[in-house]
Amino acid sequence: MTVQDGNHGAEVAARTERRWATVSVIVIVVLAVLAAFAGIHQVTMPQPRVETIDPTRLHLSGEFVESNLGSVLEPNGAVTVRAIGQQYSFTPACILVPAQTPITLRATSADVVHGILVQGTNVNTMLVPGYVSEQLMRFEKLGDHLMPCQEFCSFGHEGMWGKVKVIDKEEFAAKAKSGGRLSCVGE
Amino acid sequence: MLVNRKLVLAHFWVAFAVFGLALFLGAWQMFVRSPLYTWISNPEWYYRSLTAHGTVMGYVFPTLVAMGFGYAISESALKQPLVGVRWAWAGFWLIVAGSVMAMVPVALGRASVLYTFYPPLIGSAFYYIGVVLVVVGSWIWVALMSINLRVWRREHPGEPVPLAMFANVAGSYLWAWTAVGAALELLLQIIPVALGWRTTIDAGLARVFFSWTLHAIVYFWLMPTYIAYYTIVPRAIGGRLYSDTMGRIAFILFLVVAMPIGIHHTFADPQVGAGFKFIHSAFTALVALPTLLTVFTICASVEIAARLRGGRGAFGWIMALPWDNPIMLAVTFSFVLLGFGGAGGLINMSYQLDATIHNTQWITGHFHLIFGGAIVIMYFAIAYDLWPHLTGRALPGLKLVRAQLWLWFVGMIVTTFPWHWVGILGMPRRMAYYDYSDPAISPQAFSVTLSAIGAFVLLISGLLFLYILATAHRQPAADAGAYRFSAPVHPVRTVPLALNSYAIWVALMIGLTVTNYAYPILTLAVRSDNSVPAVYVGAQ
Ligand SMILES: [Cu+2]
Repeated sequence: MTVQDGNHGAEVAARTERRWATVSVIVIVVLAVLAAFAGIHQVTMPQPRVETIDPTRLHLSGEFVESNLGSVLEPNGAVTVRAIGQQYSFTPACILVPAQTPITLRATSADVVHGILVQGTNVNTMLVPGYVSEQLMRFEKLGDHLMPCQEFCSFGHEGMWGKVKVIDKEEFAAKAKSGGRLSCVGE
Repeated sequence: MLVNRKLVLAHFWVAFAVFGLALFLGAWQMFVRSPLYTWISNPEWYYRSLTAHGTVMGYVFPTLVAMGFGYAISESALKQPLVGVRWAWAGFWLIVAGSVMAMVPVALGRASVLYTFYPPLIGSAFYYIGVVLVVVGSWIWVALMSINLRVWRREHPGEPVPLAMFANVAGSYLWAWTAVGAALELLLQIIPVALGWRTTIDAGLARVFFSWTLHAIVYFWLMPTYIAYYTIVPRAIGGRLYSDTMGRIAFILFLVVAMPIGIHHTFADPQVGAGFKFIHSAFTALVALPTLLTVFTICASVEIAARLRGGRGAFGWIMALPWDNPIMLAVTFSFVLLGFGGAGGLINMSYQLDATIHNTQWITGHFHLIFGGAIVIMYFAIAYDLWPHLTGRALPGLKLVRAQLWLWFVGMIVTTFPWHWVGILGMPRRMAYYDYSDPAISPQAFSVTLSAIGAFVLLISGLLFLYILATAHRQPAADAGAYRFSAPVHPVRTVPLALNSYAIWVALMIGLTVTNYAYPILTLAVRSDNSVPAVYVGAQ
């Protein structure tokens, strides 16, 4: 490109500009379409439903009473994990799950905003008091993961670390036979 | 020579002074939570420091830079005396008063809620009211920029508004509307609870309100940087602006599409459904457009400068660029950091990829690259470029200026690249310390140490910057002449009305905000089952 005078130069400049603008628009449209495709085709959409819950009554009744927290094997072979976050710990502090199984995590906060992040995976969700967060998970390999609270929740935030323990599918099924709620707290 | 030099200098000096203080806090935070510091620290101090660092860097510093630069632009681009100087001072003092009012409770540990507030955590009411005063002070500036342009238009009917002023006013309108989200959160939700009039709050709704401000505020921070790209860089390196029209289109696009995308900050939140998350994700892709256009136009303008200096060949012209010119250096560093930060941004905007790095150190790395890197480097360039016109004295030495810019560039990379890495490993952010003795965390110790070293390089660079500006006041007097902006290659004689006024764009900005936010906000606002008890900070 050279610096030109007169109308011819202006036309060339405008044409070059238009070409670049077209390329930019195409790039952006492709990105948006890719995101839409991945979202719909691979079902990686975030939780569609907004569910509320009273954080002051979690311990009294309903889904998140203490005896209902932890992992449970559903009749269809899937697993549901229920957990709550409060300043400055998770209950249960160690979540026990089977490998190679579809798992639904249902969690909420009893006080302020917290977050659950399972290291080494893309399990990552916010816990906002008043709302229930739901996240689908699946772990392929056995092993332990750290599960820090990823959102600032006041002065003890840095001490709020949970754990996820992934065990063998059969071992989990054997433990779940009694129908109770499982966790690996104290193990 | 600018007339209202004191006004502009006051804005810049307060901005850079608080920036220096916040840099100290940032470096200290990096140090105490790295393995370099092995003593036991009180985590509470860390969160106080983090709140102060974020509040100053997020609200006070960029707002004052945009305002000071805006007043200088109004005066020198419109070539008319600034209208409303007294109001401008009133706005300035409101910001000073608001900042002090906000920082006292933070220092006392009564408002460690970080600059993003996090209700139902509730700190001292003085903190929030101080932040509101800062915003109100900046709204006076918005009004003044609009009034000054109106006065100019009356005297110059039909003439194209100079690009610098066109962009400046677009930036001020963007800010005025962007700030409304956080203002609603503070005035309707948080302050009544902080004052004890109410005891419950809807944390989910508050997060949606804040997301309204939280994304577009970045584009407000960015405006002075983009204005400098278009109107300072080509002139300062001896070139021409490739296209005045493209500049106008880029600023209009920022005005329209920067706003209705903030829900991408709540991809992992339970209070917004998947539909609006998707819409905001798609709109976020759009906001890359003005940046892509700008990269093209500025690279072309830089190439023109090189060719005017005798540069030849498809790539040979790059060698002909004035690499010892600080503005050349600054824009190069800014573009490189913008490239890395922008690439990270594309990852954040997709909620499939976002899940991997949401709320990890990756995010800290991303926005420090964009704000601390791409944006602040151009704030330095603006100051260096304006200073001789503000002080009536030449800068003390370009060697020192170049060293300062190099240090900042290197410091930014050393700080943010390891953050991206540990973020991918899942290291959460906003933590006062990590237990490096844990075998699952100990491999990250080296990266955190690197970041801490980078923070000290940044601190040294920032102090050098302040030193250069301060000593410039003592140089022998030298007339810098009138303050000029870049001339376009093809002189602008007429501009279509749409590229010379804001009415339809402001209407579009508000309309898009309403379509992208009204439903999520209303559905939360009409419910009564989602308010939760406030948790007061520092009261335990
Ligand atoms: Cu927490």
